Amino acid sequence: MANQQPTTGNPKVDIEYRRKKNAEEMRYQVVTFTLMIFLTLIAFAAVGFGDLSKWFTVPFILLLAVVQVIFQLYYFMHMSHKGHEAPALFLYSGALVGFVTVLAFVTIVWW
Amino acid sequence: MSTYAQKKGVGAVIWDYLTTVDHKKIAILYLIAGGFFFILGGLEAMVIRIQLAIPDNNFVSAGFYNEVLTMHGTTMIFLAAMPLLFAFMNAIVPLQIGARDVAFPFLNSLGFWLFFFGGVFLNLSWFLGGAPDAGWTSYASLSLASEGHGIDFYALGLQISGAGTLIAGINFLVTIINMRAPGMTYMRMPLFTWTTFVASALILFAFPALTVGLFFMMFDRLFGSNFFDHTMGGNTVIWEHLFWIFGHPEVYILVLPAFGIFSDIISTFSRKRLFGYSSMVFATVLIGFLGFMVWAHHMFTTGLGPIANAIFAVATMAIAVPTGIKIFNWLFTMWGGSIKFTTPMMYAVAFVPSFVAGGVTGVMLAVAAADYQYHDTYFVVAHFHYVIIGGVVLSLLAGTHYYWPKMFGTMLDEFLGKITFWLFLIGFHLTFFIQHFLGLMGMPRRIFTFLPNQGLEIGNLVSTIGAFFMAVAVIVLLWNIVITSVKNVKVGNDPWGDGRTLEWAISSPPPFYNFKQLPLVRGLDAYWIEKMEGKKEMTPAEPLGDIHMPNSSFIPFMISLGLFIAAFGAMYRVDYAWGLPVLVVGMAITLLSMLVRSIKDDHGFHIHKEDLIDDKDKGGKA
Ligand code: HEM
Ligand SMILES: [Cu+2]
Repeated sequence: MANQQPTTGNPKVDIEYRRKKNAEEMRYQVVTFTLMIFLTLIAFAAVGFGDLSKWFTVPFILLLAVVQVIFQLYYFMHMSHKGHEAPALFLYSGALVGFVTVLAFVTIVWW
Repeated sequence: MSTYAQKKGVGAVIWDYLTTVDHKKIAILYLIAGGFFFILGGLEAMVIRIQLAIPDNNFVSAGFYNEVLTMHGTTMIFLAAMPLLFAFMNAIVPLQIGARDVAFPFLNSLGFWLFFFGGVFLNLSWFLGGAPDAGWTSYASLSLASEGHGIDFYALGLQISGAGTLIAGINFLVTIINMRAPGMTYMRMPLFTWTTFVASALILFAFPALTVGLFFMMFDRLFGSNFFDHTMGGNTVIWEHLFWIFGHPEVYILVLPAFGIFSDIISTFSRKRLFGYSSMVFATVLIGFLGFMVWAHHMFTTGLGPIANAIFAVATMAIAVPTGIKIFNWLFTMWGGSIKFTTPMMYAVAFVPSFVAGGVTGVMLAVAAADYQYHDTYFVVAHFHYVIIGGVVLSLLAGTHYYWPKMFGTMLDEFLGKITFWLFLIGFHLTFFIQHFLGLMGMPRRIFTFLPNQGLEIGNLVSTIGAFFMAVAVIVLLWNIVITSVKNVKVGNDPWGDGRTLEWAISSPPPFYNFKQLPLVRGLDAYWIEKMEGKKEMTPAEPLGDIHMPNSSFIPFMISLGLFIAAFGAMYRVDYAWGLPVLVVGMAITLLSMLVRSIKDDHGFHIHKEDLIDDKDKGGKA
């Protein structure tokens, strides 16, 4: 299977490298986590404070949501790693199909 | 070792098939069940054509005609064409990529049994108060008004079999992504594998729309909701959108694997590498994508407005481009090839112009303004029969002859095969060519009779005569199958002599573990490459070792049976008090079976190296 950990004969090199990688990964995760909390706060602020029109707030919150989903996928669910091309392709195709469907339902289905 | 070699009692064989998780046996199950439904749908078609043979006919009543028409379409699409394609996908795709089975053998069996029970449920409607009668598209206003339980049989039956299809699609996706033999890169996969891959992706994205639509329909009819009832704030057009968001990709789910079968056949019997392999792959993927952007061409006359109509018209016409790429690639593959006219090749040669005719009328229909004239006439009937029979059914018949030796180890008789071919081809064009003109003359589709002296008599009579040709062709094919099985002359690995892809490198039928050692793939048409270097078999990519195999299981059957029982409960709950308990019992059977499956560990078994070594003649070596 593609995502099994390879076992090498020389564990030393491997572990060093992995440690470095993991630390790096951890840093990214902490950064994105902070960013996500920050974005959530902004979303609350957009609704709670300031008299912004709903034509601004609704798309704005949706945009923040999309950014968060992307963070989630790439930094927490490891889509940034190699070997995730197929899942990425299917995710985006599915999102596209879903989007077109929703678009059609809000535009050309008359109520 | 091979299960085929042992003599077994009838009971043991049946039990074997009820519990099997082997992709080759599941393929045979799909072939038998799909073939059965194909004959059923064919009989329904004969009833339609007999009724329409002469004006003012009263062979069947108007109400019964609607039921026959609806069941013909529904059966042919969901219970015949798709399962028959699944039969070939199951039998061949794992072999083509050099795998020992599909990724999830258990789910494979579950997918089959769900389809089977869904199909049986749908067809039991004939005996239980009347079949569905609102057309295979089951438009909501009509189907909500339909009395009796016909439409409930439709919604519940398709829901169950649809779940099976979705499972099968996901299984093929995972299999093709994860289980390719060493060296089998994406761009070395045979075209049938590629088209199966793309069709499975279409299943993954399209079937949820159908599932949602059917759930709405089921709740509207059985549980008092009002999704489609405009008097209660619903909207009947929602069904149309959901149905066609599924429905148009569905036609490509059917035709892409057909393209794949023909691509393999054409390159095999032209004895040439497929012309423009990478553009073929590209066109397949592009058709898959575009297939999702065009569904509203079925709804031009619904009143979507000029902008929507224009967008969908242009998108629809765009599909003709990748389709055209494919047509030219097939022609260029044959051009300069040393062509051998075997039965499968004759189907392939006949397919090209037949399908082009269907594509041309498709582009005509895609002109939204003109479609106001064509819509709901026999012109549309002619169009989709040209693409579905000229594309899908011809590929199924071709595939039956081409893959029969790989599935059963015997060759269908070539002479009878050619008789079937000619009868079927002539019958097909007789039946449907003239329907273009009936449509242009204004004959609406889905009518149970027509009046004399309106110029429609001859066309309809010719059409009915053509249908009888096709019926005879199918009977000859069945006869062919019977005598071939009785004679039972076994053939070797590569009975056509020109096999290019991996499935022809192993014995016919393959041993239950397929490849003793996984083969090393060195390029496109892997087996051909080895043959050209004078080798008789593939180079193994691994040392001989233990092979891990899954255990058989009866649980898929039980899960599906539970849903089958629950569907009766859900349906009769509105009439009888016993409905609810039956619903509960059915769901309990399904859920308990699933529970058993999840808590009981099933690690499968190993075939030991020692047993494989002295097993020379079984041809398991890659
Ligand atoms: C060049 C490609 C194609 C084009 C441009 C095309 C276009 C169309 C259009 C515009 C309609 C709607 C006509 C109407 O209802 O007024 C239609 C109907 C239909 N097409 Fe196609 N089509 C194409 C290929 C296919 C293929 C490959 C299949 C199946 C394998 C298919 C199956 C159908 C079916 C089943 C219907 C009728 C559905 C119904 O109303 O019951 N088409 N096509
Ligand atoms: Cu369509």
